Amino acid sequence: MLDVAGLRVSFGAIEAVHGVSLRVRHGETHCLVGESGCGKSVTALAIMGLLARGARRRAERIGFDGTDLLALSDRGMGRLRGSRIGMIFQEPMTSLNPAYTVSSQLTEVYRRHRGGTRAAATERAAALLGRVGISAPGLRLGQFPHQLSGGLRQRVMIAMALMCDPDLLIADEPTTALDVTVQAGILRLLAALQAEMGLALLLITHDLGVVARVAHQVSVMYAGEVVESAPVAALFARPTHPYTQGLLASVPVPGKLRRGQPLDPIPGSVPRIPPDFVGCGFRERCRFAMPACAVAVPLRERAPGHSYLCQLTP
Amino acid sequence: MLRHLPTALGALIVGAALLAALFGPSLVPHDPFAQDLLRRLVPPAWLGGDAAHPLGTDQLGRDYLARLVYGARISLVIGVVAALTSGLIGITLGVLGGFFGGWVDDLVMFAITCRLSIPLILVALAVVSAVGSSLSVVVLTLGLLLWDRFAVVARTTTMQVRRLDYVAAAQAAGASGFHVLWREVLPNIAHHLVVVATLEVALAILLEAVLSFLGLGVPAPLPSWGLMIAEGRDYMFFEPWVIMVPGLSLFVLVLGINLLGDGLRDLLAASRDA
Amino acid sequence: MMSAIEVRDVFRSFGRVRAVDGVSLRVPSGGVMGIVGESGCGKSTLARIILGLLPASSGDVLVEGQSLAGLDRRARARLIQPVFQDPYSSLNPRHRVRDIVALPLRAQGIWDVETPVLDMLARVGLDSTLADRLPAQLSGGQRQRVAIARALILRPRIVVCDEPTSALDVSVQAQILNLLAELRREMGLTLVFISHNLAVVEHIATEVAVMYLGRIVEQAPVEALFADPRHPYTRALLASVLTPEPGLGIPDAGLGDGTPDPANIPSGCRFHPRCPSVTAGCDTADPAKIRAKGRLVECLLAAD
Repeated sequence: MLDVAGLRVSFGAIEAVHGVSLRVRHGETHCLVGESGCGKSVTALAIMGLLARGARRRAERIGFDGTDLLALSDRGMGRLRGSRIGMIFQEPMTSLNPAYTVSSQLTEVYRRHRGGTRAAATERAAALLGRVGISAPGLRLGQFPHQLSGGLRQRVMIAMALMCDPDLLIADEPTTALDVTVQAGILRLLAALQAEMGLALLLITHDLGVVARVAHQVSVMYAGEVVESAPVAALFARPTHPYTQGLLASVPVPGKLRRGQPLDPIPGSVPRIPPDFVGCGFRERCRFAMPACAVAVPLRERAPGHSYLCQLTP
Repeated sequence: MLRHLPTALGALIVGAALLAALFGPSLVPHDPFAQDLLRRLVPPAWLGGDAAHPLGTDQLGRDYLARLVYGARISLVIGVVAALTSGLIGITLGVLGGFFGGWVDDLVMFAITCRLSIPLILVALAVVSAVGSSLSVVVLTLGLLLWDRFAVVARTTTMQVRRLDYVAAAQAAGASGFHVLWREVLPNIAHHLVVVATLEVALAILLEAVLSFLGLGVPAPLPSWGLMIAEGRDYMFFEPWVIMVPGLSLFVLVLGINLLGDGLRDLLAASRDA
Repeated sequence: MMSAIEVRDVFRSFGRVRAVDGVSLRVPSGGVMGIVGESGCGKSTLARIILGLLPASSGDVLVEGQSLAGLDRRARARLIQPVFQDPYSSLNPRHRVRDIVALPLRAQGIWDVETPVLDMLARVGLDSTLADRLPAQLSGGQRQRVAIARALILRPRIVVCDEPTSALDVSVQAQILNLLAELRREMGLTLVFISHNLAVVEHIATEVAVMYLGRIVEQAPVEALFADPRHPYTRALLASVLTPEPGLGIPDAGLGDGTPDPANIPSGCRFHPRCPSVTAGCDTADPAKIRAKGRLVECLLAAD
């Protein structure tokens, strides 16, 4: 459904994303996981052609269901966004327009891409609000975003992304601003919608708990690169890149940790990668670093669908 | 770099005015108060005047260039002192109201509302005509009237900063109320206040010119630019340069201060984000 | 044994919002009291009341046996210090690291600060070359270390941490948690640790209080609470945690979509509109506090 190869994004001399490749299949949830500044959000924006002015995008391939997105004009891209590719962002308050009612925002998207009468669009909006688990959709349609709770706003955002029956949904930290009890509800909804509509879902998150529970395939990003990509079970059972191992070891797991025992953090913090950097971006924090890491990093395959970027053999 | 062009222009104008105000009177060979009734209304050099008086002379034969640079000194003194006075009043009120809230804030808001209900020029005219016009009366009157914008900006920015955790951390650290306001709050709202200050300097200069033009500002024979325009009024149809020289100077100086203020706001905002 | 902190029936409202609605709490000396709850449950308001930054509408807070209301700001600062969530807003952007850390000393009238400041920076794992930096020149983890150094420089008895790792990346979060645990052991600190992250609280706390709409609905030693949660809300919270274990699916705690509104607190048990085990009487009778074996539950059903 979505096929990205060799994606690079630079802001001036700084390259925020260097050489990201990923694939999202029909009906699959692909999680892009990493810490702040690793380039995961920039990757999503680059795929959708929504980068800020001044950013430069290059790629070997960005294909969406047979269409070459690299060759598409801004206008053509605009037609795809919101209709065949839906988007959900972290903070629904900033992505919903506070000056318009829920109804007018939902119907506006639909009528821009699909046309039709206002009544038909409103009917579809009400049906979708019901589908995303909002009770009394008729009441909610007439309300403004600030009258809704955080969880409800996120459900409205999901309904908006679904208005035109997209094939691909890109969700950037959709539950990060929400409480745990609300988060579970939103994720359950996304999973149910995906199963029902056969959506491909690209989910960007920093939360390994979310990854473990919703992903089929996982790509771990560090310093602008995908350092490991694997099916979810393999990634958690056999993390192979030292960064993935460090990430998993530093998360406290309820009931799994002996009390009083210190956590095992990754030393240091995420570095700024200079423009002329070569070799492995993780080597300064890596306990297995060797001289060869400063030269080049091979992409190794551990099992079909499980690849990682490291000098070490499994 | 092109973005900074207006700022540079503003800085250039203000810098030139400062230099003229500081050193001008000692560099121009004429005394701004010396009358020479035989050489009245000599036009500027480029209008066929006299090389000894590059900007000509006024209706009493006083050298126009000497009066202009001396007038720059008066304008800047009035602008800066009035802005400092009003800044002291406005910032104190605004910070107190914004930080403590409650009845303190109600009081400050009431004071601001009262101040905004006062017709500025009429009150300034009334005060000056009642007390008598002198440089210090004009400065104080303007200073006591122009604090509202300082108060409004200081109040809203203080309310934003007050909620930040470093203020709570300083309070928890046992810091005094004075320390919290002076060291934690004030440095973080200062960049907004600098911008207000430039606007107030410009406004005070303009208001002084208005008062002087109406004959209630700086008393003659002090060469205020407003007074120069007023004195040239009777001759403007035959000798338009008499009012154009001080008028243009006023316009350029106020423009320069405002450009500088805008530029400072952008620069300070950028240094905060960096 | 005297409690390090004793909160006695504290209320605090903001207009119609009853943020803290009758909280009593004892934190034993040397313990770590974890306070968990969702946004709007009043946990941060409670933290500010305990720190003396916000007066309670009624009720009293005793710190080391002394009423907070009777302490002057310097004495209070020597006893109790905060670490806040967002290391980007908790450090004054205009001050250098050395001045930020020295502030509590200077507030005590101590002006010879050079040595203690550098010692404390080293203690929290910061190089002395960072002393002259501005906060904007530090990473999130380094900033939080500066905030911890500032909190500890007076050697207080108690540190109140309000979501100290929520704004940090996971790899850095683990560093900060380890640092706090280590400093607590070495300096004999009592910690109040407020967080919405149950896994983090389980890791660091000795005792946990669960807050819902301004009240503590369950309080118990950490092992007991996580092994055998009694209040339906605690159970729902624990069930909603997504542990990094693939294949378990997404849990349904059965709470529905209603979100609690502190401006409209329901009658009876305040949790009853969302409670999966609600029965007759929950909407009218105030639930009794049930105490047993060092735990406390506020629920009609917890009696048996």
